[in-house]
Amino acid sequence: MIETCIKNILTVMKLLPVKIKYTLLIFQLCLISVSSVFAQTDNDAIMMNKSQWCSGAVYMHSQWTNYWEGTLKRNNLNMGTVTTQSVMLMSNYGITDKLNIMAGVPYVWTHASAGTLHGLSGFQDASLFIKWEPVTVSLGNGKFSVFAVGGFSTPASNYDRSFLPMSIGLGTTNLMGRLIAYYKKGIFFMRASGTYIWRSNTSIDQSSYYTTEMHNTNEVEMPDMMTFNGSVGIYKKFLIAEVMVDKMTTLGGFDIRRNDMPFVSNRMNSTSVGAHVKYTLPFDTHLAAVAGADYVIHGRNVGQATTLSIGAFYAFYTSQKEKNRHQSTKAN
Amino acid sequence: MQKQSFFFTILIAAIVVASSCKKNVSDRTANIAALAPDNLDLNAGTWKTVLLSRPDTFAVAAPAATNSTAYIADLNEIKGYQKNLSPDNRDKIKYWAAGGVLRWNEILRGLVAKYNLPPVQNADGTYPIPSSANPFAYPLFPFANPPYAARAYAYVSAAQYDALVACWYYKTKYNRPAPYKIDSTVYATGINKTDLPSYPSEAAVLAGVTAEMMKLLFPDEIANIQQLAQEEELAAIQSGAAARSDITAGEALGRQIAQQFIARGRTDNASKAVGTPADWTNFQNVAMSLGQIPWYSLEVPQRPPMLPLFGKVKPFLFDSATVVSLRPGPPPSTNSDTIKKDAQDVYGVIKNPSTENLKIVQFWADGVGTFTPPGHWNSIAAEDFIKQNYSEVRWSRNMALLNMTLMDAGIVCWDIKYFYFNPRPTQIMSEIKTLTGIPNFPSYVSGHSVFSSSAATILSHILPANAGKYQAMAQEAARSRYIGGIHYQVDCEVGLTVGTNVGGYAVQRAMSDGAE
Repeated sequence: MIETCIKNILTVMKLLPVKIKYTLLIFQLCLISVSSVFAQTDNDAIMMNKSQWCSGAVYMHSQWTNYWEGTLKRNNLNMGTVTTQSVMLMSNYGITDKLNIMAGVPYVWTHASAGTLHGLSGFQDASLFIKWEPVTVSLGNGKFSVFAVGGFSTPASNYDRSFLPMSIGLGTTNLMGRLIAYYKKGIFFMRASGTYIWRSNTSIDQSSYYTTEMHNTNEVEMPDMMTFNGSVGIYKKFLIAEVMVDKMTTLGGFDIRRNDMPFVSNRMNSTSVGAHVKYTLPFDTHLAAVAGADYVIHGRNVGQATTLSIGAFYAFYTSQKEKNRHQSTKAN
Repeated sequence: MQKQSFFFTILIAAIVVASSCKKNVSDRTANIAALAPDNLDLNAGTWKTVLLSRPDTFAVAAPAATNSTAYIADLNEIKGYQKNLSPDNRDKIKYWAAGGVLRWNEILRGLVAKYNLPPVQNADGTYPIPSSANPFAYPLFPFANPPYAARAYAYVSAAQYDALVACWYYKTKYNRPAPYKIDSTVYATGINKTDLPSYPSEAAVLAGVTAEMMKLLFPDEIANIQQLAQEEELAAIQSGAAARSDITAGEALGRQIAQQFIARGRTDNASKAVGTPADWTNFQNVAMSLGQIPWYSLEVPQRPPMLPLFGKVKPFLFDSATVVSLRPGPPPSTNSDTIKKDAQDVYGVIKNPSTENLKIVQFWADGVGTFTPPGHWNSIAAEDFIKQNYSEVRWSRNMALLNMTLMDAGIVCWDIKYFYFNPRPTQIMSEIKTLTGIPNFPSYVSGHSVFSSSAATILSHILPANAGKYQAMAQEAARSRYIGGIHYQVDCEVGLTVGTNVGGYAVQRAMSDGAE
């Protein structure tokens, strides 16, 4: 059952990080990766059962030296390597077998290896997701499922958005809708998902700013985003492993100008690849570990981040029924 | 299942509601009312000019009589436009009706932000220097850094002011009423009716003088500026404020007056402010000969100092000898315990910055890609002036006072910075990380502090009711550099005093220019 929990959380995380993605994306692909990790590990075809609850934490380390200034790939000797780290706390609860709710909040800190820019830290965006599994059918010799996920995230602290790439987020409140199609046959599975993220405007500390023109306001119009994710992998009793590709597109925004600093409403696009695993301890299925690695292969106004993540989850079985299920799993 | 449907419905509803919310961001000055001057300042033709020796240095021929065939043709042109004003025409009228001085100031702030980007280094670690002779090649000319920006704001504002003084001189001399006063079938559209004579048109004077100044200051933008100038003039005609002959005379007057400022700009030493490698080395040698650790660039690779000879640029409010006389005493010696303690103080405030401190630093940072600190003070002033119901000529007078102050503050500050060539806190104590980029020039005294207190001083004179606010803003702007890790406290304190002294010269001018 912990798998379920983790999977769900991961699913959530997938959404969650989406938000964060943006937030951090610019130069902090870290959280993006976080999301990916979870998405990876998560088998979307499985929901947590009613009244089950699981919680966990994931540590993520993301860094980049090269980044895309618009479409021009470059480095910056006055920043060196920019590192974003985060610890994300997450929880997942089964309202019913087909409806789960998930929440999380990351603590994020940034650092530049060269130059003089000061790192920043703080709680980034708290998120809440609802995941629903409306369709489960047999198809061929496998099982086909569709999931619908709705998410909400908003800044959990009044963190700065004016000091990119050292800022920890972009400060938008987001609503996300995601559809996931999942097919599993034997130990193999494949998954495809698409997400639309509606982003609120954000505000910055400056009273005026320049994008492609002057704006005399501290409010910044933020374009929406879409993400697509595809993965293939194996799903075994204690191990889930997958490789994936993730594509993020900002539906508007502008390019960083030559030698300018990044800005919250830049057009941040990226394509990344990654591999993620989840392992449930055979001797105690309450516990599971996740790990992932992601790398941005192409981008625009984002850092070419390499992201590593590792996390652990613990499942609580609150009903006698679940305890029984758990016991039977263990017995297996 | 019901529960699930319920949640799902809520989710869909939330997304629909959210998607339907308009995300358009509205600019603070996008929808302001048309200019409605409390006082037409009909005596402004007698106000003290900056460069013009007389308001009628450039002749403007007497206008045609209002019953002449030429003028009747002018009126027919307006009537023809007014029969078919498009929404876009009306938008442009509304935009320019808020005030030409305001709109050109906003446009200029945008240009400064657009061009305020330091060049990328060459492959060999040297840096290219923008060239006015080849402005479209990278690095684009200009690099509108704070000194460059301060000078650009000052030249445009001062030229606009002289041009409008001359404009007012001829308005009262010839006293030809606005088209809507002469013909009852010409309507004041999107503007307020006044008794201000319309020959020559103040809108066209502003369009002409500003378009001409941009040839000096932002050569890549001449085409765009020319288009804006034509829009302003067309809006004036379509609104019923000006006849074609008002426009033609006004634009010619504006362009002629600009030539005096362009001639001054070409010989004010700004073109030499970049200096030479020999100059750059000399600053180091002088500092070392005095037993001081010289400033060095903290950028990688090291970048030549920003406009080191800007202190030699010819000021507007006083002469170059006064620049030297405004120099404060030296900063703490780089070998002293004082500077080490001062650096420790900076480290103390920067080590774990509070959210509030970070906000203050970012609010005043005005760094790369922004309209610079002088632009910030233009923004502050303009938004307060909007509430004052000034005439165009008073608008320009006050903006000219502000911007001549800011330019001269920049000159004085740059003179001090390169006279002492004092290291930044991070150079003395490398543990000091900063909450905004460290500007590429010496530390003592703080440019933000000098700019801000000079601006606060003249603005407090112009709007005494706001004096407390301006002083508090200047204090905060100065402090932002200390809590951002950019400056020692002494840089800010002394900088505020220097700026106040510079501002005093502007106040003296304001009290004697005939406008008060």
